[in-house]
Amino acid sequence: MNAPNTPTALIAEDESLLAEALKAELATLWPALRIAASVGDGASAVTQALDLQPDVLFFDIRMPALSGIEAAAALADAWVTEGPGAKPFPALVFVTAYDQYAVAAFEAQAMDYLLKPVQTERLQKTVAKLQAALANRSQPAANFEATLGQLRALLGGTPTPAAAPLKVIQASSSSAQGSTIHMVPIDEVLYFEAADKYVRVLTAAREYLIRTPLKELLAQLDPQVFWQIHRGTVVRAQAIASVTRDEAGKTSLNLRGIPDRLSVSRLYGHLFKAM
Amino acid sequence: MSTASARSAGCLPASHLLQHIVPGLTVNTVIALGLTVFGESDFGSNLVVSHCIGISIWLLMEVALRWLVPQRDKQWRRLFWIVPVVITLAYVFGYNLAAWLLGQPLTLAWLRYPGRMAGYLVLSLVAGGGLTYYFMSREQLARAREEMAVSAAQTEAAQRHATEAQLKLLETQLEPHMLFNTLANLRALIGVDARRAQDMLDRLVAYLRATLAASRASTYSLGAEFERLGDYLELMRVRMGARLQFALELPSELADQQVPPLLLQALVENSIKHGLEPSVQGGRIDIRAARAGAQLRLQVQDSGVGLHAGDSAPSPAGGGFGLSQVRERLQASYGAQAALTVAEATGGGTVVTITLPIHP
Repeated sequence: MNAPNTPTALIAEDESLLAEALKAELATLWPALRIAASVGDGASAVTQALDLQPDVLFFDIRMPALSGIEAAAALADAWVTEGPGAKPFPALVFVTAYDQYAVAAFEAQAMDYLLKPVQTERLQKTVAKLQAALANRSQPAANFEATLGQLRALLGGTPTPAAAPLKVIQASSSSAQGSTIHMVPIDEVLYFEAADKYVRVLTAAREYLIRTPLKELLAQLDPQVFWQIHRGTVVRAQAIASVTRDEAGKTSLNLRGIPDRLSVSRLYGHLFKAM
Repeated sequence: MSTASARSAGCLPASHLLQHIVPGLTVNTVIALGLTVFGESDFGSNLVVSHCIGISIWLLMEVALRWLVPQRDKQWRRLFWIVPVVITLAYVFGYNLAAWLLGQPLTLAWLRYPGRMAGYLVLSLVAGGGLTYYFMSREQLARAREEMAVSAAQTEAAQRHATEAQLKLLETQLEPHMLFNTLANLRALIGVDARRAQDMLDRLVAYLRATLAASRASTYSLGAEFERLGDYLELMRVRMGARLQFALELPSELADQQVPPLLLQALVENSIKHGLEPSVQGGRIDIRAARAGAQLRLQVQDSGVGLHAGDSAPSPAGGGFGLSQVRERLQASYGAQAALTVAEATGGGTVVTITLPIHP
């Protein structure tokens, strides 16, 4: 399709004028760069990136369907890192209108962070950094780890212990006879799983549904006891029986007491590396 | 003394006693001097008598005031009997104490010099009453100063709160995402379509000017509010392209109705942020004003992702503050006469309806 050394990029930006402007600026600053595709939402960004395997990603943070950060996390999870045809994970550049994530922290890091309106001089710096990174891809694994770490930080950071950890969960259920509130002691919970508008609460005996968002719940759990292993899964560390890794590099957990198997996102794979 | 009086009066017994002891002893000594110059006896025994009576009055008065007049402001009438009784009792005790110290017969003086003794009593009443009045008014003054400082602090806090609320309102109007994305679009347009860039800049200027003016005004005409919303939505349309469609509907006879400024802005922003922006294909926003009997009905309807999807991802900066802020302002301006309801729109999306009294 293209010469093996031609670098490619994917632009994800929901405002078409801005996507066009970025394309035009890149054409002057980095004529060799080929824009493989330009998409307008986070979900398309993930599928297109998996499809086209570009070298560089320019992701707007606020996008419909999936935010730029969520899209990058999903992409990191699905990216093939081993076996024939595996390519290094693309270099990430986030573009945003508002400095909500302390831009300064990113300037020297594995991923870059541009503020809108993007100034030519600043974009020039990013281009130089990207060119250097592409020319020197000696440690793709280490770079990928650094990227994962930063995405983790952007998605909510390391959880801080709640002032008063949750002791009991109130889950309501309704039937023809009326509604019941079940008091579920936190000690009985094996894992939580986000499901559409609810969060499933799993104990050895049964399943409950609650409306509290997982993110809110996570803030009230003891991070020593409950580990987040996926965007939508939080598991009791002591309930984990074994951790397996398949040929494709996917990690999954077997639990004690129940047959459920949980998959571990790459973002949280570091939890099981040291053992 | 100065360090002691710097603390609040009457609160710390030690500093309180210190503040009283020096003037008290001084007065006692002056009285003893006066008695020596104008009366009989030597300065030494006058000094003993004067201090014994003076200190007795002072100590008994401290105890009496503490126990019998705990609330000075309300119970000050009690002083009219407490002060003379306390001074008389203390005088009798103090004189007897002095006589015992000087080795004189206890009861003899009362019989031998009744006139002098009565004079001493009057002197005690004048000096003791005067000093009590002096100390109490000093305490009162300190208390009044303290109260003034507290109320000044409260006023300042209230002013700061009001300023903060106004700043927060302005901040939501000049939301950084909106502002910088608009500027980024403007920067992009300058290169490719200078005429459109100029038009966009004009809209931005009109929007900013109206927003600043409205944030200072207390009321605002509905016509001006709709004009400003038009500018805002035009700016958003440049950014969102075909993903945003909108219509504004304002009957001309309602254009002069006065409403709180920037009232609908937060609702329109919510519609874009929580309704249209999360949707890949976008949607439309309809803003309507209508007369419904004696009420003015304002409606913002969007065809976005709807209430429940919006619920699961509430934005701490925009959504929550937006609606509660509008409710608060309606409550402040109209009380129970105004209402705000949020409902699911037929065919998906959200409709927010405000009703408020119409001005004839």
